[in-house]
Amino acid sequence: MQLVLDEDQELLAKTAADWAGEFSPISRMRELRDARDVTGFSKALWKEMAELGWVGIPFDEAYGGAGMGLAELIVVLEAMGRALAPEPFLSSVLLGGGALQLAGSDAQKQQWLPGVTEGDKLLALATQEPTSRYDIFDVRTRAEKSGDGWVLTGTKSQVIDGHAADAILIPARTSGADADRDGISLFLIPADAPGLSSERQWRLDSRGTGLLELSGVAAGTDGLVGQEGGAAATLETVVDQATVGLCAEMLGGMTHAFELTLEHMKQREQFDTVIGTFQALKHRAAKLFIEIELSRSCVMAAARAVDSGDENAAKLVSLAKARCSDAYILATNEGVQIFGGVGMTDEYDIGLYMKRARAAALTFGDAAFHRDRWARLSNY
Amino acid sequence: MAELETFRAETRTWLEENAPASLRGSRSTAIDGVWGGKKAVWDNPDEKLWLDRMAEKGWTAPEWPTEYGGGGLSREEAKVLDQEMRSLEVPPALIGFGLEMIGPVLLRYGTEDQKKRHLTKICRGEIRWCQGYSEPGAGSDLASVQMKGVLEGDTYIVNGQKIWTSYADLSDWIFCLVRTEPDKSKHEGISFILIDMDQPGVSVKPILLISGKSPFCETFFEDAKASTADVVHEVGAGWTVAKALLGHERGMIAGIFGTGGGSGRSKGRGALVEAAAAHLGEVDGRLADPVKRDRIVQCEMDTRALSLTVQRSSDGAKAGHHPGPETSLFKVYGTEFNQRRTELVTDILGPNALGWEGPGFVQAEIDATRDWLRARGNTIEGGTSEVQLNIIAKRVLGLPD
Repeated sequence: MQLVLDEDQELLAKTAADWAGEFSPISRMRELRDARDVTGFSKALWKEMAELGWVGIPFDEAYGGAGMGLAELIVVLEAMGRALAPEPFLSSVLLGGGALQLAGSDAQKQQWLPGVTEGDKLLALATQEPTSRYDIFDVRTRAEKSGDGWVLTGTKSQVIDGHAADAILIPARTSGADADRDGISLFLIPADAPGLSSERQWRLDSRGTGLLELSGVAAGTDGLVGQEGGAAATLETVVDQATVGLCAEMLGGMTHAFELTLEHMKQREQFDTVIGTFQALKHRAAKLFIEIELSRSCVMAAARAVDSGDENAAKLVSLAKARCSDAYILATNEGVQIFGGVGMTDEYDIGLYMKRARAAALTFGDAAFHRDRWARLSNY
Repeated sequence: MAELETFRAETRTWLEENAPASLRGSRSTAIDGVWGGKKAVWDNPDEKLWLDRMAEKGWTAPEWPTEYGGGGLSREEAKVLDQEMRSLEVPPALIGFGLEMIGPVLLRYGTEDQKKRHLTKICRGEIRWCQGYSEPGAGSDLASVQMKGVLEGDTYIVNGQKIWTSYADLSDWIFCLVRTEPDKSKHEGISFILIDMDQPGVSVKPILLISGKSPFCETFFEDAKASTADVVHEVGAGWTVAKALLGHERGMIAGIFGTGGGSGRSKGRGALVEAAAAHLGEVDGRLADPVKRDRIVQCEMDTRALSLTVQRSSDGAKAGHHPGPETSLFKVYGTEFNQRRTELVTDILGPNALGWEGPGFVQAEIDATRDWLRARGNTIEGGTSEVQLNIIAKRVLGLPD
């Protein structure tokens, strides 16, 4: 494993950073928020990102993808994280698209993935229910056998971009008790399926999630993704991959929040000098720098371990998520404190990063969840 | 590639034939190994035999030129040698400040005469070196050197005192920062001078620490003599040499702490987990105390994150990236991590961590307690954490003075 960007990755990182700098200033995210835009992101820019090849990075060439891995995708996601760009990489590329690519039939992939990589179709994956917290196997939505197919009943909450997706992959229990690992099946449900109602949820970070109510939604055998009752491994793999993607986004966010704070420290004058001369603040900044550097190493290692199927990949994913959760929250807590009163105002961007930090930290498991997972994976 | 594989095969054969059986399987840590010198005590005569055989090959300093006693190996060959020694579980034949610190300095700044006189003896383990930087009252302000060197003919007459000199009582030569030009500015009037400690003007007194023992000494110089031929680089350029060495020392310290404990890489459980399982018990295959369990995970994650960052820094350097301020980062984080780890060990041991000596306590418990106390010094020695944070704030973050 080489923890350094190769030439192609360097170029990709630069292209993405330049593009985000030009076309995705923070003001764009503010406008979407203030307009209460129901979609929550720009479909036009998403199409553009697809044309730049970023949306197709991890998909097979047969479906219009680039056949590359997380090591490439994370450099793009870091640039998106810096800019707080809300486009649906997590939902359509890593979660929904990822699950379909991993477990879907040829026909299902052929039907959906070319549209996904072209940026025309959006997929989502419902990993959360109202009481499941971070346990992706705590699935209470049930799929009852009915003729050749199934009927799904239950509630999915905070489904990332679930309100805007063209189809949603729904984990539903075909057997077993509420939190069993076995007995979960994955169904591909079109957004306009009868019995499915979907509402946009409004969260502190202004990202769109869907509250989905399934009241007797019918699914045929062509809607089953993978083996009946055997979706747990797919969910685990795909959520781990999405977690690495989220960590990269968080890395970009914490890095930029830190840069904003440093810039402020070099300009803001108090007691006849810039506050960046105060040792109490310098040391806090230096410690934050260390935490961000360590986070970067962990995110790069996790991406490469997942790409290569390393036996310790799951532990490295948990390492990255635990550290990024703590470091992003620290970076924005320190940022608002060092900005002082203006840091509390909506006008300054640092608060937007603080909100995103909290939302990202509490997605796919917080730091404590991933420390506990590390312990379980290490047999203690 | 084929040549490298031939070298690997030959190396393995040589190691298997020459590494004494009594040393196999006992890869010593950086602190416990063979340090050499005139005062060396050979508990196991095989250690001396192993040193002589390795020195004969030049493999105590594999990458140094052969004319100075090194092995003349390429970076790749040295790596192969290291890999083979690890896989055969053969310890390094020699360690210490000669190989790690003054040797590299002399290779970079030394005169031909200095290299010839000093490097060969380092490679053979004949001379043990120590470092004379800190002085009483100087604290973290290293450049406030008071020790004086006055030129008389081709000899410097040296007077003053060094403190925190690690292993001075076991060393033969000392490299010192000496103020040779008192009229010049603080950083310009210092010279880097090599001094033979085997002379009447040099005396050493060990320092007792709160942990009950320590490698540290006070070293006194009363009209001690040093030759002008033993000034390294130029007269007055001592600070430049010292800075080059300091970065190296911080990296070395962080390297020692950065590798401590943790099961991040392997399937086996780390030392902390085993200790907690023994002292606190397990329920259904999990450590019974969830608070300690979380702290153990944090330690394991910290050490993994640090070692990945060390690797990223090294991979970046190989790819031609300009090395950054990593040594300060590693120093701060590695030493503070070591304090968290040793504290956690005492918390896991509970009341058993209170033993100092005598009945009712086992050696491992007493060692753990002393390790914890000793670790409190890690964030002070080699530049305090606060000084390192200042360095990061200034050089990396560009924050103003």
